[in-house]
Amino acid sequence: MSDPAPNALRRDVTPDQIPSHEPPVAPARPVPRAGAATATQRAARSVTVERLNAWYGDQHSIKDLTLSFAPNRATALIGPSGSGKSTVVRCINRMHEEIPGARASGRILLDDVDVYDTSIDVVAVRRSIGMVFQKPNPFPTMSIFDNVAAGLKLTARKVGHEQVETALRGAGLWEEVKDRLSKPGIGLSGGQQQRLCIARALAVEPDVLLMDEPASALDPISTLKIEELVEELKSRVTIVIVTHNMQQAARVADETAFLLDGELVEVGPTEKIFTNPDDSRTEEYVTGKFG
Amino acid sequence: MSSIAFEPVSARRRRVDKLARGSVAVLTAAALVPLVLILYYLVKQGIGAISLSFFTTDPTGSFLGDPGGIKSAIVGTVLMVGLAAVVAVPVGVGVAIWLVEFGRGSKLAHAVRYFIDVMTGVPSIVFGLFVYITLVLAGVGGSSFAGWKGSVALGLLMLPIVTRSAEVVLLLVPNALREAAYALGAPRWRTVFRVVLPTALPGIVTGVLLAIARAAGETAPLLFTAAVVNATAFNYNDRMNSLPALIFQNVGQAQDRLVTIAWGAALTLVAMILMLTLIARMIQRRSRLS
Repeated sequence: MSDPAPNALRRDVTPDQIPSHEPPVAPARPVPRAGAATATQRAARSVTVERLNAWYGDQHSIKDLTLSFAPNRATALIGPSGSGKSTVVRCINRMHEEIPGARASGRILLDDVDVYDTSIDVVAVRRSIGMVFQKPNPFPTMSIFDNVAAGLKLTARKVGHEQVETALRGAGLWEEVKDRLSKPGIGLSGGQQQRLCIARALAVEPDVLLMDEPASALDPISTLKIEELVEELKSRVTIVIVTHNMQQAARVADETAFLLDGELVEVGPTEKIFTNPDDSRTEEYVTGKFG
Repeated sequence: MSSIAFEPVSARRRRVDKLARGSVAVLTAAALVPLVLILYYLVKQGIGAISLSFFTTDPTGSFLGDPGGIKSAIVGTVLMVGLAAVVAVPVGVGVAIWLVEFGRGSKLAHAVRYFIDVMTGVPSIVFGLFVYITLVLAGVGGSSFAGWKGSVALGLLMLPIVTRSAEVVLLLVPNALREAAYALGAPRWRTVFRVVLPTALPGIVTGVLLAIARAAGETAPLLFTAAVVNATAFNYNDRMNSLPALIFQNVGQAQDRLVTIAWGAALTLVAMILMLTLIARMIQRRSRLS
């Protein structure tokens, strides 16, 4: 493939013009679930982090991290508090730079495009790489419909009813809210709000979905729904999920990366990380000896 | 099984508690006394002047004969405060948006915030003097005293109030909402107008209404900018009457009928501001930020 991809993130290129990809590698655990019938297979993009360093002011919080996330797979980032899991995720869609005094160096490749390249528009990066936050944060002044449509409206694109329905179905929320789309989004329960935020992120049709502890503020039932959703969403997006819950990582992730003090300790298939890790620190962490 | 033996509250603690509660209640009552007295006297003295013609006729200026109504003062207050609000509110909210969303933490923002604080503390008569010297004495616009000059003085007075209240409300908007919008690829300005401002709107409206209420009750900035006249004026380049100025002029007269007019005008002004405040409260209740 000659190199047309660097254009993919520039303003003037619409998503339709982006060249199609190789068909994705079949997921290691293709688990077709009930309700997943609507999810169509779609080739997502890979994310490669190369020699990433990130700072908050003088504090060097990510040190020379190199890590890659395979397309249409779910990768979990685990590690104790302050190990830099969230920072890595926030660097991938360039949200890190929104914090005053924060900066980052290194390369982050979406397929083969460096999202930190000076010719790349940060807005385009964030359209391609969606994000779900720890606490559900629907827009309080907007209805359920408008919340889902917000991503498109805020980037000055037209919104059709089908797009909103597709996104809500994708987030497993459609059946619960289809009769009250005009009601405020903050009237939903915490778990529903989080799925609304997932729908909002999906409506922009990203290639990658970053999830920063998406279930940590939710009850066990809602957590389970989010985890099932991750399984379904892999058919369409590449998922990076930060979690401090190791059972969750074990349940949802194909790959798991263990971070400690801003450095990558170990990355590998989830089963291996949890049963037979190479590094003693990983073993200590996953068996609950520290963290 | 075994009952836990809690120690009884000591007599001393009970006494101190009673004393504290008692003194707070007394202070609250003391604070209410002047408020109730003001409203009582206002209604008692002013209600006699209120009639339909009181609102529909201009003051005559006659000392011995029929003193007329207060129409020109109501119209003048509404026009001047209205113009001041139309100019000061967008500017004030704009400054607040810049302070919170764009200039946050910069040196210029600190300087701007400092000057706004200073402006809040400037006595209202100083704004009047400033306009008197720069616009009235200089005869800007071909007039000496004029309604729009009164509006300028009131607008200057409102600006820091609007800015400060809007800034506080904008700071209350959770950062998570801004991040949510940025993460969707929204540019900063669109985030401000589509997410932050709608979320903060009820609070901003409350602050604006309070600033308007404050300006509507100001006498000093109007006395030597818009002057005091009898006739109703709709042209901003003419001298305009206003409720506070009319009260100021009439209440000192050695003529009971004029004093009654002043009380009636004061009651009218309080009623107008009360209505504004009630509107502000209703909007605040609908606020999703509280």
